[in-house]
Amino acid sequence: MENKMQTKHLDFYYGKKQVLKNVSLDMKERQITALIGPSGCGKTTLLRLLNRMNDVIPEIRLDGDVLLDGENIYAAGVDVVEVRKRVGMVFQQPNPFPKTVFENIAFGPRMMGQKNRLYLEEIVERSLKVAAIWDEVKDNLDKSGLALSGGQQQRLCIARTLAIEPEVILMDEPCSALDPISTLKIEELMQDLKKQYTIVIVTHNMQQAARVSDRTGFLLLGELVEYSETSEIFGRPRDQRTEDYITGRFG
Amino acid sequence: MSPKIAQRIAKVFIWGGGAITVAILLGIILYILIQGVPVLSLDFLITPPRGGLTGEGGISTAIIGTLYILGVTLAIVIGPGIGAGIYLAEYARNNRFTQIIRYAVGILAGVPSIVFGLFGFTLFVTALRFNFSILSGALSLVCLLLPTLIRTTEEALKTVPRSYREAALATGASKWQTIRHVVLPAAMPGIVTGIILCAGRVVEETACLYVTMGGSAAMPKSILSGGRTLSLHLFYLAMETRAFDKAMGTGAVLIIIIIVINTLTNWLSHRFQVKMRGG
Amino acid sequence: MNHVIIDRTAKHVVIICASASFVILGAIFIFTLREGLPAFQQIGFINFLFGTEWRPGQEMFGILPMGLGSLLVTLGAMVFAIPIGLACAILLAEIAPYRIRQFLRPTVELLVGIPSVVYGLVGLMLIVPTVRQIGGTGFSILAASLVLMAMVLPTIISISEDSLRAVPKGYKEAALAMGANQWQMIWHVQIPAARSGIVAGIVLGMGRAIGETMAMIMVIGNAVVIPDSPLSPGRTLTGNIAVEIMYAAGLHRDALFATGVILFLVILVLNTLATIALRRGIRTQGVA
Repeated sequence: MENKMQTKHLDFYYGKKQVLKNVSLDMKERQITALIGPSGCGKTTLLRLLNRMNDVIPEIRLDGDVLLDGENIYAAGVDVVEVRKRVGMVFQQPNPFPKTVFENIAFGPRMMGQKNRLYLEEIVERSLKVAAIWDEVKDNLDKSGLALSGGQQQRLCIARTLAIEPEVILMDEPCSALDPISTLKIEELMQDLKKQYTIVIVTHNMQQAARVSDRTGFLLLGELVEYSETSEIFGRPRDQRTEDYITGRFG
Repeated sequence: MSPKIAQRIAKVFIWGGGAITVAILLGIILYILIQGVPVLSLDFLITPPRGGLTGEGGISTAIIGTLYILGVTLAIVIGPGIGAGIYLAEYARNNRFTQIIRYAVGILAGVPSIVFGLFGFTLFVTALRFNFSILSGALSLVCLLLPTLIRTTEEALKTVPRSYREAALATGASKWQTIRHVVLPAAMPGIVTGIILCAGRVVEETACLYVTMGGSAAMPKSILSGGRTLSLHLFYLAMETRAFDKAMGTGAVLIIIIIVINTLTNWLSHRFQVKMRGG
Repeated sequence: MNHVIIDRTAKHVVIICASASFVILGAIFIFTLREGLPAFQQIGFINFLFGTEWRPGQEMFGILPMGLGSLLVTLGAMVFAIPIGLACAILLAEIAPYRIRQFLRPTVELLVGIPSVVYGLVGLMLIVPTVRQIGGTGFSILAASLVLMAMVLPTIISISEDSLRAVPKGYKEAALAMGANQWQMIWHVQIPAARSGIVAGIVLGMGRAIGETMAMIMVIGNAVVIPDSPLSPGRTLTGNIAVEIMYAAGLHRDALFATGVILFLVILVLNTLATIALRRGIRTQGVA
């Protein structure tokens, strides 16, 4: 299977503090890759490096490469906006814009210069359908996105990401602010999405990683301790530290 | 003294403080309105002040002067003020230089308005030879209002959650698109509130204009004419003409304007909060 | 058009606007200093600050009378405004029921918006004649203090209220759980915890008081004398600038600019004190 994204010997610093140490990770096309580890292990930082969301933070330093289809997204001359169009992101807290449901979804296409109303309507409907929220909001497309429930907001945000037709979707603990039923819906949705998209998910919930992902990486103190098939990691971890973590013997 | 009695005394004191505050405000407003409203009439609003010594006539030229000053000042101050606010909130790195600028802006926001008048008088009236004019007054007010507008703009932009920016960037919007289509619309009620606050300052400001506008009671012909605002007119009526009934009438007009402005800003900031909560 | 070009253009426009602002603000600093410093040299810093005679015709420029005038009206205003403002802040933060708060807060905001000449007019018509009953002409430090009190109340109230409100619920509940009544909780826990913010409110209120010009001109009498009683007339630093700048020239004009520099410094000190107080408040309370 193809590697959609790869990191190669990634070192990352906030100021003087090293947050990632020599992380090399392959993310296969149309698979779900999960990143697990205790808080502060660097998993969210790693995820945000994959679409250059950390660019906004001052005083950072990065060594190593992040490849998308074999090309370094940190190379000179690469347009960060283009990278983010290909690598979308869903955040920990649902973050719809204070705009209508329709405008939330149409935002990305509009920013790319799409003005055709019919086309926008079509893409809004398609995205909402794929995100499995169409039936719940189709009569309320002109209602504020902020008026939806938390679980609906998160699926709205997924639909918003789908509307820019990305190749990779990054998810940063997408269910941590949601109730169990909403979580289940999002997990089902992820199984549908992976038929078409490459997904990388950060989660602190090991059961979730075990349920949804194909491959799992365990990070500890900025180091990628172990990375393999999800069944391997949870069934026969090779590293003692991984075993300690997944069996809950860890702080 | 038992705690119970102490509490009772304290509460009398606390409610007293609130009552005095309300009494002061209502006292001022009712006094001015009761004395001033009988003076008001359409005639009062549309005739120019006539007699220098007895204060005959109305306040038409002062109204026009106020509108002139308001228009010119806001037209000049909005671009740089909001631009600087956007720069500080969205572009500036949080380094020493930015901190110094923020600090200086904070200090200037507290500097007495007469110091801006002093500056305006020397630079605009004298050195640049704009003389006593609407232009000199407006430029001095621009200096006075810039710090306030920069701060309110920056604060309004800062209340926009970082998650909005991240969502926009992650959806493939460029930095400017993010600011233009997500951050600015979300902050707009706050920014508009800032502009209205500035308008309020223009209406109430006197010291700065006293030394830069000249106080001519004639109808201004251009921005290089001298003139007077309603507040300035009130000052001249009370201190020079000693036409207190006319001063009260002018005061009533000012109070009504200020109440309208306050209601507007309250309504806007209420809407701002509702919007941020997703109503 | 390519978004990269639009982005770059937009950034440049923003930076140009920002630079314009910063240049203007810098110019005010530099200009005032440049015009004011010669007066310090010619008159002498001590003579200027502590000289008791201000006679421009005879080239005597001592601002002590005006300095004392500003100081006394500010302190006078504070004597009235601090207890009333603090009481009102406690009322708003802790005691008043929701509906009274909804009425009181806009009231306080409206006090900020009233033009200073309106305060002056009310002072001129109501307070000056009342003070005259006690003695003197009525145009006095006392009348000016009373007018200023109303003008600084909102600053004290709103900043104190914010800091009282920012006291963590845990502190308050701990006090109540130990059997303190509401007032004991406010007095022994809430006010001490909010102390820094209250100080900041008072200091910023003083800044506003020292800067007030027109309302002071209208009620203080504007006589260049060293005030010897609350009923004595006086003149403030700001009022001095406003009254004299239009006919001042030469050293006289420079001396007024030097007064502006002094006002700058006073505000600098007061704002810095307030900033320090607010920062300390944030640190000790662990809340913004």
